[in-house]
Amino acid sequence: MIPLSWALILSAVVFVIGVIGVLIRRNAIVIFMSIELMLNAANLVFVAFSQHLRSIDGQVFVFFVMTVAAAEVAVGLAIIVNLFRLRETVMVDEVNLLKG
Amino acid sequence: MNLPLLWIIPALPIAAVALNLLVGDRLGRRGIAWLACGAVGLAFLAAVRAALTLAALPEGERQVVETAYTWMRVGDFSIQVAFLLDPLSTVMALVVTGVGFLIHVYSVGYMAHDPSYRRFFLYLNLFMFAMLTLVLADNLLLMFVGWEGVGLCSYLLIGFWYERPSAAEAGKKAFIVNRIGDFGVILGMLMLFTYGGSLQYERLFAMAPHVFALGGGLITGAMLLMFLGATGKSAQLPLYTWLPDAMEGPTPVSALIHAATMVTAGVYLVARCHVLFELAPVALQTVAVIGAATALFAATIGIAQNDIKRVLAYSTVSQLGYMFLACGVGAFGAAIFHLMTHAFFKALLFLGAGSVIHALSDEQDLRRMGGLASRLPWTHATMLTATLAISGIPPFAGFFSKDEILHGAFASGHHVIWLVGLIGAALTAFYMFRLYVLCFRGPSRVTPEAAHHLHESPPTMIVPLVVLAALSVVGGWVGLPLLAGGHPFERWLAPSVESAAGAHGEAAAHAMSAGGAWLLMALSVAVALAGIALAVRAYLQDPEIAGRLRERLRVVHAVVFHKYWVDEIYDALVVSPIYRLSRWLWRVWDVKVVDGTVNGVGFTFEGVSAVLRLFQTGFVGTYALIFTIGVAVLLYHFLRG
Repeated sequence: MIPLSWALILSAVVFVIGVIGVLIRRNAIVIFMSIELMLNAANLVFVAFSQHLRSIDGQVFVFFVMTVAAAEVAVGLAIIVNLFRLRETVMVDEVNLLKG
Repeated sequence: MNLPLLWIIPALPIAAVALNLLVGDRLGRRGIAWLACGAVGLAFLAAVRAALTLAALPEGERQVVETAYTWMRVGDFSIQVAFLLDPLSTVMALVVTGVGFLIHVYSVGYMAHDPSYRRFFLYLNLFMFAMLTLVLADNLLLMFVGWEGVGLCSYLLIGFWYERPSAAEAGKKAFIVNRIGDFGVILGMLMLFTYGGSLQYERLFAMAPHVFALGGGLITGAMLLMFLGATGKSAQLPLYTWLPDAMEGPTPVSALIHAATMVTAGVYLVARCHVLFELAPVALQTVAVIGAATALFAATIGIAQNDIKRVLAYSTVSQLGYMFLACGVGAFGAAIFHLMTHAFFKALLFLGAGSVIHALSDEQDLRRMGGLASRLPWTHATMLTATLAISGIPPFAGFFSKDEILHGAFASGHHVIWLVGLIGAALTAFYMFRLYVLCFRGPSRVTPEAAHHLHESPPTMIVPLVVLAALSVVGGWVGLPLLAGGHPFERWLAPSVESAAGAHGEAAAHAMSAGGAWLLMALSVAVALAGIALAVRAYLQDPEIAGRLRERLRVVHAVVFHKYWVDEIYDALVVSPIYRLSRWLWRVWDVKVVDGTVNGVGFTFEGVSAVLRLFQTGFVGTYALIFTIGVAVLLYHFLRG
C-alpha cells in the first residue's frame, strides 16, 4: 500500500511542473498541455484521498474533471487553430493586441 | 355675467408671432403686414369690448379677475396666470393696443423697404404680447414676466439694425441698465412676498396695512427697490441714460416702446402699487423728488440737442418725470391721465419725426432741415398739433393732464416741486418749438440730394398721424374739470388708484378754491406761451439771438450740450471699473485658475495612466505570472495563520 504522502508529493511536483510550463513556455500548445498536467495533478489528489478515506466521492469528481478537461481541450484547440489562421503563429508573446 | 375674455387680448399678438414664425416666409410682405396689424387691431377690439363690459358694471364692482390656469403650486404658494380687469388696466390696455395698432399700421409704410420686414413685425407683436401681459397681470410675478418680456423686445428692437455697431451698443446699454432696475424689482417682490405673504395684488394690498407699519423700514425699503425698477424701465434719474441711445432703433419702435408704452411701465407699476407706496411716505417723497428732478434735468438737455429724435427722447424722459412727480404727490389719477395723453402726442411726435426722416432720406440732424412746412403739409399739421399738445396749450390734450399734475402738486403742499414742474413746462414749450421751427419753418437747410428725393409719406403713414393728431386734440377732454361732476377720467380711475389716504388727499385738492385753480391754470399757460414766444423769437424771427445767447452762456451751453457729461461720469465710475474687473477675471481667473484646474485634472490622469499602462503588457504569460504570485502569497498568508 502506497502511503498518502507519496501520492501528494507526486501530485505537487506534477502541478508545479504544469505551472512553470504555463509561465515560461511560449508555444500555446505546450501551455495547453501544461494546463492538462495541472488538472491531472488535481485528479491524482482526488484519487489518493478517495482511497485514503474509503469514499467513492473523490473518484466521481475525477470523472467530472476529465469531462470538463475534454470540453476545454475542444474549445482551446479551436481557439489555437483560429489564432494560427489569423496570425500564422502560436507563440503567445507575439499575440499582444490587447496591450493598451 | 358676460365674460370679458381677457386672455384673448395678449393671446392674439402671441398667436401672430407663432404664425409668423411658422408660415411667415410664405406670406409675403402684404401677408405679414395684415397678420401683424390684424392681430393687434383685434386685440384692440377685444380691449374695447372688455372696457365696455367693465363700464356696464356698477362702480363699486369694477374689478374682474379671470384665471387662465395655475402656473405653479408649491405647498401653500401658488401663482395663477390670471388677468385683472379694473379701470387702471383698462386704460393701459386701451392705450397699448390702440396706439400700438396705429404704430403697426405706420410701420407698414415706414419699413416697406427694409429687408428684415418679417423679423420687425415678429418682434413688434412679441412686444405687444409682453406689454399686455404686464398691464393685465393679476399678480406681481406675472407682471414681472411681461416686464422682462418688454425689456427683451426693447433690446431686440433697439438693436434691430444690428449691423450698425452703434445700434448693437445701444441695445446692450438699454438691456444692462434695465437689469439694474429689474434687480430692484425682484428684491422688492421678494420682500413683499416674505412679509406680505402674497404676490396677488388684491390679497397683497388687503394684507399690507396689517403687516407693514406706516412708514416702517421694511415697506420703505421694498418700495424704494420697486421704484428703482421703475426708474430703470421708465428712464428716470439715475438710470435714464439708455433711453436717448435707444433712438438707434427704427422710428416706429421709438414711438411705440420708447415713448408711448414700455417706458410708462414704471409709472403703471407705481400707480398699481399705490396702496403700498402710501404706506411708505419716504418712498413716495423720493418718487416725487426724482420725478421733478428728472423733468427739469432732461428738459434742459433737450434744449441743446441737434438730433430730432434725441430731442424727443429727452422730452420723453422729462414727461415721464412729470408722471412720477404726480405719483409722488399722490395724484395717481393725474399721472395715468398724463400717461395716456403723452402716449398720444409723443407717439405722434415720433411718427411725425419718422415721416420727416423718411422724407429726407434718413436725415436726423435739425441743422439740415428747415422750411419743410409746405413740402410735407400733413406731417407739418400733425406735428404742430402734437407740439402744441406737449407744450400745454389749451384745448390740446397735454394741457389738461399737465395742469392736473401741477395742480395736484400745488394743492398737496409740494410748492417747490410745483415750481420745478412749472419751470420744466416752460422749458418743454421752448425746446419743442425750437424743434418745430428748426424743422418746419425758416429757410431750408436741406442738403441738395435730400431735397431731390423730398416727398410726403405714403397713406399708411399719414393716416395714423391724423388719427393720433385727433386724439392729441380731444384726448384731454375726458379729464375736463368743467364737465358735469368734474374730471370724468379720474372718477373712472378712482377705484383703482385711490385708497382711503388718497381719497383724503384728493378731497383736500378739490377743496382749493376755484379761483386758485384758475390762477394756476393761467400761470401754466402763460409760461408755456412765454417759452413758445422765446423759441419763435430766437430761432425764427431773429436767429442772431440764439447765437448771441449761446455765446453769452457758453459754459451753460457746453454743460447742457454735453448732457452734463453723465455718460462719461458713469463710464468712469461704473463701466470701466467693471470692464477692467471683467478683463482681470477673464485673463487671470478664467484662463489661469479655472482653465488651469480643468487642464490640471486632465494632465494628472494622463500621467497616472502613463504609469499604469506599463502593467498592461498584452502578454498572457505576464498576467499568469502575476496571478500565480498572487495565489502563492495568499496561500502562504492563509496557510501560515
